[in-house]
Amino acid sequence: MKYFQSTVLSNIQLTDDIFVVQVVRHGAPVSAGQFFMLKCWDKELTLMRPISVYQATEETLSFMYRVVGEGTRRLSQLQKGDAISLLGGLGNGYPLDQLHGHIAVVGGGVGIPPLSLTARMLQAQGETVDAYLGYRDQLFAIEAFEPYCRDIFVSSEHGPEGYRGFITDLLKAEQYDAVLTCGPEVMMRKVAQLCAEKQVTCWCSMEHRMACGIGACLGCSIPTSEGMKRVCKDGPIFLSTHLFQEV
Amino acid sequence: MANLQTTVNGITFKNPIIAASGTFGFGEEYNQLFDVNCLGGISSKGLTLKPKDGNLGIRVYETPSGMMNSVGLQNPGIEAFIEHYIPVMRQWDTVLIANMGGHSMDDYVTGAEMLSRADIDMLELNISCPNVKSGGMAFGIKADVAAEVVTAVRKVCRKPLIVKLSPNAENIVEMAQACEAAGADSLSLVNTFQAMAIDIHRRKPIFNNVYAGLSGAAIRPIALRMVHSVAKAVQIPVIGLGGITSAEDVLAFMMAGASAVQIGTVNFTTPDAGKIIVEELNALCEREHIENIQDVVGVI
Ligand SMILES: Cc1cc2nc3c(=O)[nH]c(=O)nc-3n(C[C@H](O)[C@H](O)[C@H](O)COP(=O)(O)OP(=O)(O)OC[C@H]3O[C@@H](n4cnc5c(N)ncnc54)[C@H](O)[C@@H]3O)c2cc1C
Ligand SMILES: Cc1cc2nc3c(=O)[nH]c(=O)nc-3n(C[C@H](O)[C@H](O)[C@H](O)COP(=O)(O)O)c2cc1C
Ligand code: FES
Repeated sequence: MKYFQSTVLSNIQLTDDIFVVQVVRHGAPVSAGQFFMLKCWDKELTLMRPISVYQATEETLSFMYRVVGEGTRRLSQLQKGDAISLLGGLGNGYPLDQLHGHIAVVGGGVGIPPLSLTARMLQAQGETVDAYLGYRDQLFAIEAFEPYCRDIFVSSEHGPEGYRGFITDLLKAEQYDAVLTCGPEVMMRKVAQLCAEKQVTCWCSMEHRMACGIGACLGCSIPTSEGMKRVCKDGPIFLSTHLFQEV
Repeated sequence: MANLQTTVNGITFKNPIIAASGTFGFGEEYNQLFDVNCLGGISSKGLTLKPKDGNLGIRVYETPSGMMNSVGLQNPGIEAFIEHYIPVMRQWDTVLIANMGGHSMDDYVTGAEMLSRADIDMLELNISCPNVKSGGMAFGIKADVAAEVVTAVRKVCRKPLIVKLSPNAENIVEMAQACEAAGADSLSLVNTFQAMAIDIHRRKPIFNNVYAGLSGAAIRPIALRMVHSVAKAVQIPVIGLGGITSAEDVLAFMMAGASAVQIGTVNFTTPDAGKIIVEELNALCEREHIENIQDVVGVI
């Protein structure tokens, strides 16, 4: 983990409210499922905002985000050459060394982008990856899965193409050695339940409001079957069986 | 180089910057970002006799120029602190302050006894905790209740005793004088202001506990006023905090009467704020021709 000032390389609008910002990496460490705390303000806002890593190269980091409030609105106004502060890579990330064979990544909304880096890393270590991507209406980031996945399933509630409904309707958990999921909690609970029925290991990427992002303030603690855990430090990746009592 | 050294209750701080309780853990995480040896001191996460899980639901929430928190004193308990965290914090050459809360008189006294025997430099008594006996009203609201706790803790405490005041006290000056009379060696103020936020779409409070503590730049002018009036009214040293974000703020609190300061929320805004503020304080003192920082304490 590292706190550093960086420069915006590009900030592109993909849909009405989804953007992808690319910044200079400055040697920051990153692994699949990790996130960074970001800020492009000095005194105007108090807290940095947690955003997952969408893609990374030797020289760059990309973050895909939805504009939902003041912090993400300010991010959306960034232009090439602007300054941005980053703290990361943060969190445990997916246990890549425990993931082997046929893996499904199941994403919903802005939970989709971080799974792209994960799919890439899984493919790089020789695993077979299928992607299940659930959208509300407008589609994005599908091309970021194409190079790394065998099959890609797409659903949307009101969108233009693909299956109409929830992505969990399409998931056949029994086909997989492990399922990784990131998205709204209702979706992850459903994924966890489908996996539990077929005794498939399921890893969930949790979200919680954060202040420090590094494990010091206990602002992001959640109850788990293993006691209170900090989403920012002990997570954000948790075994579904540790999170959801019913599975 | 200006002389930033300051003394509180015979304890020497290499500079007046102390990391505030609850915002810095036990220092380990921040030590990965900068060398925490540069700090004057660290006040530990608020400790209680028994380990605590803290509150459920949203615990931190951004507000205009600040934030609210409702962590609920999640901590590993005093025993675990003594066993695991004091050895970690003792690796550093910085003043080690144990911050302790409680929910009953017995909690405070037993906890203070244990910490008093441990290898800490100072004990900071957090009296903003809800008192189970009086229906959850914090110990730090009424001066007579606070004085009772301080008197009891004073009897068993063999370390310099800082009492951390709540800005929600009925009368902050009377509260300060009551704590002084009850045996406090020094006072730190302020803790967070009780505040509220509502999610209008869900028609529910943001926090499960309805109210939560406000901190950060938003509270700074009120905190400064309170530090000033308290410092004028007591003989014992005062440690000032509340929304400090810069070296300029540090000097303002010291001019208002603080012998040292604490920085809390700014650690979240700028993760290496501790280091930066110490560096900037050095430069600022040179620019302002302040040779000894202690010379400005209480000039206003
Ligand atoms: C580990 C982690 C990874 C994340 N990765 C991404 C990502 O890759 N892309 C993305 O678009 N978003 C991601 N988020 C969510 C993102 O952090 C929030 O949307 C953002 O902080 C909102 O800030 P704001 O100032 O725009 O909105 P605010 O005005 O602060 O809040 C507006 C809305 O956003 C929600 N919100 C605010 N803060 C958080 C938070 N920390 N976590 C969850 N919801 C929040 C609130 O409930 C509210 O409804 C992630 C969150 C976490 C914890
Ligand atoms: C997340 C968080 C947790 C805190 N926990 C404690 C605590 O355990 N004990 C305590 O005495 N004060 C606690 N505080 C209060 C701070 O130490 C400090 O008094 C307050 O935040 C005002 O200073 P600031 O504006 O610089 O943050 C906490 C504050 C925050 C933001
Ligand atoms: S955000 Fe501070 S501990 Fe997780």
